[in-house]
Amino acid sequence: MKELLLIAIGSALVNNVVLSQFLGLCPFLGVSKKIETAGGMGVAVIFVITIASAVTNLIYTFILVPTGLEYLDTIVFILVIAALVQFVELVLKKSMPSLYEALGVYLPLITTNCAVLGVALTNVQNGYGFAASVINGIGISVGFTIAIVILAGIRERNEHNNIPESFKGMPITLVTAGLMAIAFFGFSGII
Amino acid sequence: MKTNPIERLINGIIKENPTFVLTLGMCPTLAVTTSAINGVGMGLSTTVVLMFSNMVISALRNIIPDRARIPGYIVVIASLVTIVQFLLEGYVPSVYSALGLYIPLIVVNCIILGRAEAFAAKNNPINSFFDGLGMGFGFTIALTLIGAFREILGAGQIFGMQVMPASYEPITIFILAPGAFFVLACLIAAQNKIRNKKIEKGLPVHPSAGCGDCASCGNHACGTRFFNLDADQKKEN
Repeated sequence: MKELLLIAIGSALVNNVVLSQFLGLCPFLGVSKKIETAGGMGVAVIFVITIASAVTNLIYTFILVPTGLEYLDTIVFILVIAALVQFVELVLKKSMPSLYEALGVYLPLITTNCAVLGVALTNVQNGYGFAASVINGIGISVGFTIAIVILAGIRERNEHNNIPESFKGMPITLVTAGLMAIAFFGFSGII
Repeated sequence: MKTNPIERLINGIIKENPTFVLTLGMCPTLAVTTSAINGVGMGLSTTVVLMFSNMVISALRNIIPDRARIPGYIVVIASLVTIVQFLLEGYVPSVYSALGLYIPLIVVNCIILGRAEAFAAKNNPINSFFDGLGMGFGFTIALTLIGAFREILGAGQIFGMQVMPASYEPITIFILAPGAFFVLACLIAAQNKIRNKKIEKGLPVHPSAGCGDCASCGNHACGTRFFNLDADQKKEN
């Protein structure tokens, strides 16, 4: 139990997925203009990464390892993830229309979010079991959500600031992200 | 302009440089440029994948059905990435361990899927091969430059050799994660400055700009759904 907690805190705060690993920068910078949309994206990412880390772990343990095909992990995972995202989308559309309404727009964007593939591959590299993989997935995606919501909050306020012409838009967002990354260094002493 | 191998090379390195002009594939750009040698390693690995994926996809462009093209491209790219991963692990283990997770993540690099969709799917294998080579070299040069810049400021070295005088106090933040964001911010700000000047003079500017905007990424290839269900629905209607 203690180990699982350490994995969760480590992946959510200490090794924050966007601010120190640079995974999932696309949605981090692209969908962080408003707190609401950033929150929606965050919830969608938590949902997909948790399912994806469970599924890829099961596939790895019960299909790839017994058949001796561990080296095919990259190919198998990317196909599974891409298909999984669309499957989740279809299921949500049929069974939970209200949740689909809320998350629908963000789901296709997640297919190419390298954080999802990154989580699946780190789980394998660290030799995590089923529980540890799922916890790691949740930790990483919660870390992503924290980062994107904070960034969106800062960006909403930045709108009214007087920023040099050439720094408007993406550059100032990157500077903000850099300052947040420095702040997140503060967590490195926790574990 | 007529498409030939030489023109493709120059196009990839200068006119449509993936990092400085198109701002594609920013995840690996930020993550691995802590030193010049890592930049070279990542750039060359991507170049190899890009050359052969372009060539294979172009050779198969009339065989892969249109609806299943994205999964098809991904399988080709992922197989090549796996091969490159094994070659690096076998022959240059130091680079392999430095780049770590980012080698398999070449699969989701926007540049590769973007070029497959934008160029290889429409042109012959030889031109596609050189397009990949040009784009790959453009990417390698950009990564090496950014890596060298960060290494000089952050460690006072270049390719591991001391270049700054001993009295120079290294600004360590530049080789840590936040430094990557600051360097990229300055790069895009400089690019915006050039664009604004061009717009003032009424010169044509490149349509795509701005990292992070997935929609602008390689002719929308990255944002495309895996299986094109929408197309089916449109047909049904």
